[in-house]
Amino acid sequence: MFFIIGLWRNEKSRQIILQIFVLLFIGWFLSWLAGNVASNFSALGKDISFDFLSIPAGYDINQYLIEYNSRDTHLRAAIVGLLNTGLVAVLGIILATVLGVSVGIIRLSNNWLASKIAYWYVEFTRNVPILLQILLWHGIIINSLPHPRSALNIGDVSFLSNRGFYIPKPILENGIELVYLFSVIAIIFAFLFYKFSKKKQELTGVQYPVLWINLSAIIILPIMGYFISGMPVSLEIPVLKGFNFVGGIHMSPELSALTFALGVYTAAFISEIVRAGILAIDKGQKEAAASIGLKPSKIMKLVVLPQARRIIIPPLTSQYLNLTKNSSLAIAIGYMDLVATLGGISLNQTGREMETMVLVMAIYLSISLSISAFMNWYNNRVKLVGR
Amino acid sequence: MKTKMILAVATAGVMFAGSALASTLDDVRARGKLNCIINTGLAGFAAPDDKGNWKGFDVDFCRAVAAATLGDASKVSYTTATGKTRFTKLAAGEGEILSRNTTWTFSRDVDLSQTFVGVSYYDGQGFMVPKKLGVKSAKELGGASVCIQTGTTTELNLAEFFAANNMKYNPVPIETNSEAQELYKAGRCDVYTTDASGLYATISSFDNPSDHMVLPEIISKEPLGPVVRHGDDQWADIVAWTLRAMLAGEELGVTSKNVKSLASKDNKNKEINRLLGKDTLQGVTKLGLSPDWAVNIISQVGNYEEVFEANLGQSTPLKIARGANQLYRDGGLYYVPPIK
Ligand SMILES: N[C@@H](CCC(=O)N[C@@H](CS)C(=O)NCC(=O)O)C(=O)O
Repeated sequence: MFFIIGLWRNEKSRQIILQIFVLLFIGWFLSWLAGNVASNFSALGKDISFDFLSIPAGYDINQYLIEYNSRDTHLRAAIVGLLNTGLVAVLGIILATVLGVSVGIIRLSNNWLASKIAYWYVEFTRNVPILLQILLWHGIIINSLPHPRSALNIGDVSFLSNRGFYIPKPILENGIELVYLFSVIAIIFAFLFYKFSKKKQELTGVQYPVLWINLSAIIILPIMGYFISGMPVSLEIPVLKGFNFVGGIHMSPELSALTFALGVYTAAFISEIVRAGILAIDKGQKEAAASIGLKPSKIMKLVVLPQARRIIIPPLTSQYLNLTKNSSLAIAIGYMDLVATLGGISLNQTGREMETMVLVMAIYLSISLSISAFMNWYNNRVKLVGR
Repeated sequence: MKTKMILAVATAGVMFAGSALASTLDDVRARGKLNCIINTGLAGFAAPDDKGNWKGFDVDFCRAVAAATLGDASKVSYTTATGKTRFTKLAAGEGEILSRNTTWTFSRDVDLSQTFVGVSYYDGQGFMVPKKLGVKSAKELGGASVCIQTGTTTELNLAEFFAANNMKYNPVPIETNSEAQELYKAGRCDVYTTDASGLYATISSFDNPSDHMVLPEIISKEPLGPVVRHGDDQWADIVAWTLRAMLAGEELGVTSKNVKSLASKDNKNKEINRLLGKDTLQGVTKLGLSPDWAVNIISQVGNYEEVFEANLGQSTPLKIARGANQLYRDGGLYYVPPIK
């Protein structure tokens, strides 16, 4: 008894005891929840089973990156949905990054008008709920663009309509291998040249215009390959046939609205992160760099950005995660992502609420953890390089 | 302190589990109100009128059950559900009845463990298009963009119909009928497909109904009817016989106008006597109902014909013909088990 009181009086052991109690309580609560779910399920005559994944889904999906038809399984439908989630997340992240970095830099510029416009853009998009923005973009596309029969025609090859955007699709033919080969050669060359010029600069101080030379190599070599092998790429042009355009690459109103909304919204946050990152670099650093005769562009590239990058990356990661998770709002406009397929139609047609929701959550969790892991890895790398 | 809380949570859990055992009828009586799950809005079936009161065929069925069980058709509170949420809401106890254009299918009945108590409307899936599209048959719809409500039998029928006819299409999934109307009007889809009744309801709510048409093909069987949770046979019987009482009312010529006088006299047709509680109908008390249960239904809500005509018939914008929804003796599908 005294021993127990002694343990309780001791600060350290008391904390441990309390934590054990809290843990036990949480464990008990979770098992109580699980038990309740199980008993309620059996009262409703339901069991927990994932067998439904292997039966035909029975429904069609309007956008599939891998072959899919209604005879495929619920599992395949879920993968189609997952890829659609991935597609919109990747497109959104690219748009958000390009736009966000530009806006962040523009806000710091000395041009009063440009920086004010950037300011209002950030204030506006950040403060309007993302769901409304998605609905707004979707509404604009389907209500203000014309019907396919009177679509906006861009040079007879691309079309804008309220059924989405259609652009030509490159069709790869025999001989394309040469283009691939030349591209690989160009990349290897660029890499070697980068190493070489770096070494040269360290030894002699001579600088080559590395970026320009490499860029031209990477562009010109594949084009040479393309002509040598007899132009093995043709374009499939979308044409109006019956109700809709067929052929070409189709970006549906739902995909477009979601990409724009997510990209524009997240870019506002990213621009603030970029701005804060750049502002956080001590003025003395820039002045010191200027005093040894570096040009402003070099100061940015060699002194400010490498340091700002370390400040920017962790919050940038959480923006990427937010964007990916926000993409599940797709359901509001009927974009067929993971939530709409597995967590929507499959759930509904099979009645497996528990199973599908657990799967959807597990998948989102793994996507988030993978993005974090990748960004952590990248962060560690720039950290080391920076020091 | 902590143990007290644990105890409180545990008792709450036990009570929760306990309440599931009480009968549905007792729950409804104790509450004094029936909770009914209906559409989010479909003219003629369940739609709010200009005073904000829910009106329609499916709504009237909820009112009929309230009349039978509580003696007052107005004692209903409504919860709306989309095609996707309806079964979850029913299972979670948000209502005692799901009265929402729901098709009776094998897997919903067996695998989803719902109890379908009968058919209140024999329907089938159709297509609707703007007339200016110039389409005359569903077989000409290859390549079209089709608006479709998710979580319905509709989307499965649609996939099968197009696959069977070797046609491609572009499904545009939506959640509710009103969203479908918006997308259809904006031209996001060429075609809207759902139960034919829903198409008539949708067209009737347009500014220019005559600019749109329903294509002749009906591609599925959609027997629609009320659904209750599995496991309470007494409640399922109450709901089933409420529907049958309305149909029997039509068959026996009992209407909201004459029900009171028929109930107070001895009728030649003894079935009328039994239906209206004049003669004893064995088992009514076992169902937990009072002998005037059917009088309450028919006087406060009406018989099947009255409810159909008032919400869907020729006097309404929907102008739906009875068709298969007539009594068997008139060439329809309703054949009511005897009230004996
Ligand atoms: N009968 C089909 C379709 C039911 C359905 O969704 N019907 C639509 C149109 S007929 C509806 O009730 N819409 C009203 C709403 O959106 O709430 C089913 O049970 O799956």
